Amino acid sequence: MASKVLYSLRDPVPKKRDDFEDILEERRNSSDLRYALKCYTPAVYRNLLPCKASMLKTLVLQSESLRYVINQVSVESGEAPEVVREEASQVLEEMAHRLQLSTVRFFAFTLSKAFKALYRSVRVNEEGIQRLQQAIQEHPVVLLPSHRSYMDFLMMSYVLFTYDLALPVIAAGMDFMSMKFVGEMLRMSGAFFIRRSFGGDKLYWAVFSEYVKTMLRNGYAPVEFFLEGTRSRTAKSLTPKTGLLNIVMEPFFKGEVFDVNLVPVSISYERILEESLYARELLGVPKPKESTSGLLKARRILSEDFGTMHVYFGTPVSLRSLAQGHISRSQYNLVPRHIPQKPAVDTQAFVNDVAFHLVRLQEENMVLKPWALISTLLLQNPDGMELSALTQQADWLRRLALSFGAFLDWPDGERCSKVISSSLTIHRNLACVSGGRVRLVVAEASGAELSAEEAEFNRAVSVLSCASYRNQTLHVFVRPALLAVAMHTANSNRRDEVYNCFNVLRNIFSNEFILCPGASVQDFEEACYLLVKCGAVQELQQEVVMSSSGQMTLSFLCSLMEPFLQGYQVVCRYLREDTQEDLPEKNFVPGVRNFALQLILAGSLRCHEALSSDLQKNALAALIRLKAVRKVKTGDQVMLKVNKMAVNSLEDTLGGKIPTQKPVLARL
Amino acid sequence: MASNTDVSERQRSAQQRLRIIAGHLQKREENEHTALSAQECKAETSKSNAAKVPKRRQEVMKWNGWGYSDSRFFFNKKGQAEFTGKRYRLSGLILPSLKDWFEGTFGANLQHKTPATASLNVSAVPPPNLNEVFVEELKAAGVALSTDPEDRVFRSHGHCLHEIFALREGRIGRIPDLVVWPSCHDDVVKIVELACKHSVCLIPYGGGTSVSSALECPPEETRSIVSVDTSQMNRILWIDEKNLTAHVEAGIIGQDLERQLNESGYCTGHEPDSMEFSSLGGWVATRASGMKKNIYGNIEDLVVHIKMVTPRGVIEKSCQGPRMSTGPDIHHFIMGSEGTLGVVTEVTMKIRPVPEYQKYGSIVFPNFQQGVACLREVAKQRCAPASIRLMDNEQFQFGHALKPQVSSIFTSFLDGLKKFYITKFKGFDPHHLCVATLLFEGDREKVLQHEKQVYDIAAKFGGLAAGEDNGQRGYMLTFVIAYLRDLGMDYYVIGESFETSVPWDRVLDLCRNVKERIVRECKERGVQFPPLSTCRVTQTYDAGACVYFYFAFNYRGLSDPIHVYEQVEHAAREEILANAGSLSHHHGVGKLRKEWMRETVSSVGLGMLKSVKDYLDPNNIFGNRNLL
Repeated sequence: MASKVLYSLRDPVPKKRDDFEDILEERRNSSDLRYALKCYTPAVYRNLLPCKASMLKTLVLQSESLRYVINQVSVESGEAPEVVREEASQVLEEMAHRLQLSTVRFFAFTLSKAFKALYRSVRVNEEGIQRLQQAIQEHPVVLLPSHRSYMDFLMMSYVLFTYDLALPVIAAGMDFMSMKFVGEMLRMSGAFFIRRSFGGDKLYWAVFSEYVKTMLRNGYAPVEFFLEGTRSRTAKSLTPKTGLLNIVMEPFFKGEVFDVNLVPVSISYERILEESLYARELLGVPKPKESTSGLLKARRILSEDFGTMHVYFGTPVSLRSLAQGHISRSQYNLVPRHIPQKPAVDTQAFVNDVAFHLVRLQEENMVLKPWALISTLLLQNPDGMELSALTQQADWLRRLALSFGAFLDWPDGERCSKVISSSLTIHRNLACVSGGRVRLVVAEASGAELSAEEAEFNRAVSVLSCASYRNQTLHVFVRPALLAVAMHTANSNRRDEVYNCFNVLRNIFSNEFILCPGASVQDFEEACYLLVKCGAVQELQQEVVMSSSGQMTLSFLCSLMEPFLQGYQVVCRYLREDTQEDLPEKNFVPGVRNFALQLILAGSLRCHEALSSDLQKNALAALIRLKAVRKVKTGDQVMLKVNKMAVNSLEDTLGGKIPTQKPVLARL
Repeated sequence: MASNTDVSERQRSAQQRLRIIAGHLQKREENEHTALSAQECKAETSKSNAAKVPKRRQEVMKWNGWGYSDSRFFFNKKGQAEFTGKRYRLSGLILPSLKDWFEGTFGANLQHKTPATASLNVSAVPPPNLNEVFVEELKAAGVALSTDPEDRVFRSHGHCLHEIFALREGRIGRIPDLVVWPSCHDDVVKIVELACKHSVCLIPYGGGTSVSSALECPPEETRSIVSVDTSQMNRILWIDEKNLTAHVEAGIIGQDLERQLNESGYCTGHEPDSMEFSSLGGWVATRASGMKKNIYGNIEDLVVHIKMVTPRGVIEKSCQGPRMSTGPDIHHFIMGSEGTLGVVTEVTMKIRPVPEYQKYGSIVFPNFQQGVACLREVAKQRCAPASIRLMDNEQFQFGHALKPQVSSIFTSFLDGLKKFYITKFKGFDPHHLCVATLLFEGDREKVLQHEKQVYDIAAKFGGLAAGEDNGQRGYMLTFVIAYLRDLGMDYYVIGESFETSVPWDRVLDLCRNVKERIVRECKERGVQFPPLSTCRVTQTYDAGACVYFYFAFNYRGLSDPIHVYEQVEHAAREEILANAGSLSHHHGVGKLRKEWMRETVSSVGLGMLKSVKDYLDPNNIFGNRNLL
């Protein structure tokens, strides 16, 4: 399998990471205006074909591939080619960026002010910047930042401008376009806009992919997009989308460029701007439409403290090296390259593997703040914790996280209690100390009494907000945690049985966490390695056994998985008990939310995370993938056909009854 | 039959033809105070039809390098490069800029020498493994033969880098046990019969210019290996002026064939870069291509009839019809068979009257992309001159380094002026500009008309005419490049050329990717200094082009330079195939590129070829193990 080779070289030992520099420090000491107007002469791609943004459109419209599709569409639809061409031209008009240095300078100035107000510091690894500078000159570059906040791409361009690097062109969702003025501003700072869905629109796809490929081939500018497709509302990495990745890889596959540098960028926030907004969205309060007035209203956040932000530019990954031995480029020898071809199955698998690989590289360099650990502990103790106990456990967790290779930004030489109190200050809207106990802050009614539902809703907002910080740590713990649960549920300590359980769980949760497809053995081995390393587990000949001192670690890891196990069970129960065989898909999320809320109100469920639409959707996706639920399109409605037997057995599995399967010894 | 006027007419045009063909090889006649004749340029032959290539080739040619013993480059005491001998235009001249180019390009140093072993150590040559009965019967049949170590070593190799490198170090591997010189078709029939009877392995040997390891003796071969040197089968048997064909023995080498035909006022027009040494039989066996194929065609277009001796018997067609629909063309089993099926003994070839007029030319383009676009347009309009080649920037600079010392201040002033015009006035970047070299042939009037047409197309792509001299020097480069490799090897620099053919839309991408792959592979394998990695488009076709790469590097600090070299060449070939290039345009497959044959022609295709081999040569008498 393709993925095996791709990941087998992964070194589970934490890598040496670069040091950070605060880019705001200089901003606080010198003129923002002078900075915004500085001489900007970035190094460019050595084979650059110089070309203006307007010229770019002509190149795209005249490209052979677009002409081919225009003719095709014209034949199919019966429209005159000129009409289709005009349509293509409009699509391009709607899409294309109009990068302008003056707008960039305007942003450089205003963002300097804003960032200084919002953040204590913005820390960037300068070695990464140097590597990037080198990479930009050598081969076309694709920047792949993580996506947790609207801030991400503003910050990316800001950082690149600061370091005198080539400004990227950024694939942005069409939703921004509705913010009239701002949309245009973003366009002039390098954003190009793509519709969220254009499934069958051949012409749109052709214009879009040719536009991106032309920029890439000519080395016009680094192309930036978000692998995850959208902002993660939960701070967990999302399952990567491969559409754009496919597009940027194609010029390499077809020999049009020698190589493409893929640069994962990890942007970590100590406190996310959209924190409670996300929580509400997950609970079904609709996302406010992007609007300029909304943005202006958000001004008040400027007075708040969002702590430190880290931007880590990962080592550029050579697509050529990744593709070595996986992709035969000669498969494109027999058809003219401008004729669109559906990628071969093994190409798709390769792109998918690379996408996961890159997301894991993003995760690896995400910086964790102490608060991520603290919130993890607080969520495991819903009734609050003694400050002293919290301090003690946080220190323990810190060491565990470090031994698992976490990239932890823990102040050197500072006492643990001091670190915690400073974290609590920044996040005082989420947690507070009263009477020596630390607990989550839940919004209370100011005047009238709250209904029980509203109270639980408010509690859920706090829990989900807090969970988004815990989720930042999940990539560190998820593999050992799945192993811990597997060891707990397996009938024996036999390695093959534990692996079997691990594999079943991993399979269920592969929409929830970033688990590379086909890398189950590697994940298992990594988990074993880490748990052995921290002393929680011993690997005997054919057995995986908890060591005498392993109880604390393993039970911590099991609790970490608990909300997900419970949440998925709730979804299963809902589908089993509360629905007919057929369920309209649009009723699923409200239905399961209501079902979970009733359970909470009845006191039989304490897990507020079951209310999260993200978890519910992931669970549904898993059920569909595991064929317990079928999606059927009837008329204009999408129906879910529930196989209650299968759902039931899955629920049992999650509840700790892992069905015994044929041992998979051969693979170990 | 011919009247007196006919004869004198023919002689006159033959004289003219000699002058023309001498053009890109020969020392300029102005410098000679002798009457014009071809002999200065083409070895030690006389006008008579005496044997052109001696049996003891080592007496005129290098045993461990390229070409004639008397012609070689060296750096004189002042550090200036010189080319010895009298055969070529460059002979006896000083090339003042070669040293700087050489040191600058490769990071080489004249202090660091790697001289070759001076002479063959005969005692290091393994004794022949002879099949006594075979030898006896051969002697009885009156076929010339030799077991002399020098004769055998000379025929144990082609001109791949690893072959020459080993010889320079005095390393001798498996070599033929016996060399035989058939003098006619019937001799070959006898040799093949006896070989079948006594189970010896035959390896046909023509000019010895193979660059595909095709002449290497398979080390695992346990039978006696006999090298069949065809050089004594070198007669033009007849010329048919009505049909414009000539029937020729296949051992004749290119320059002799042309010269002898010229004497009758004809030519074949087939001029591969190796034509000084390569043989007609070799061209057929490798599917050779000539520089002027745009007018005369490649070997498959030139051949009318072939006679080949195989273990199964003699294969030939019954008539000389210009085209036949008689099943798959059996010639196409022979052409490209690389000595695996038999010995080509006689060939009927098309001939043409010697062209009246010949003119070189060159065009400067601002960059390689424009140059390729121009060549593509020329091919589209089907108005390619006899030859049109586009050198990339690196090769252009290489060509410049071979400029001989200018005789007068005026010429050097003129050169400076030209350079100023192109780089400053026209704004061409000297690090991007590239040059196309042209060769026109035909009626004087038509040539001039043709020339104008081509220059008009070039102008549309930003091309500027850059004179005949540049063009001529470009063609000269291809004849002396192999001599230059020997010079490089004296100073830690090794290199090789390889070629491919590729559809037009892939030309630019292929050139860029292959050149870059070479640079990157060298770096990864510890080559200290960036390699020379350069290409040129050497042939245009309706649907694509032939691209030729030169690749060389300084191997100081490498423990096994040949291994590194082979890895890089292997990677470059993979890159070619990944970019829609072919396995070979005209060098052939040999043993060097065998591993890609299945991928190239499919398993079924390979099976077809194998079954032909199995039918013709079930006991693998022609056991050089090429191709399949």
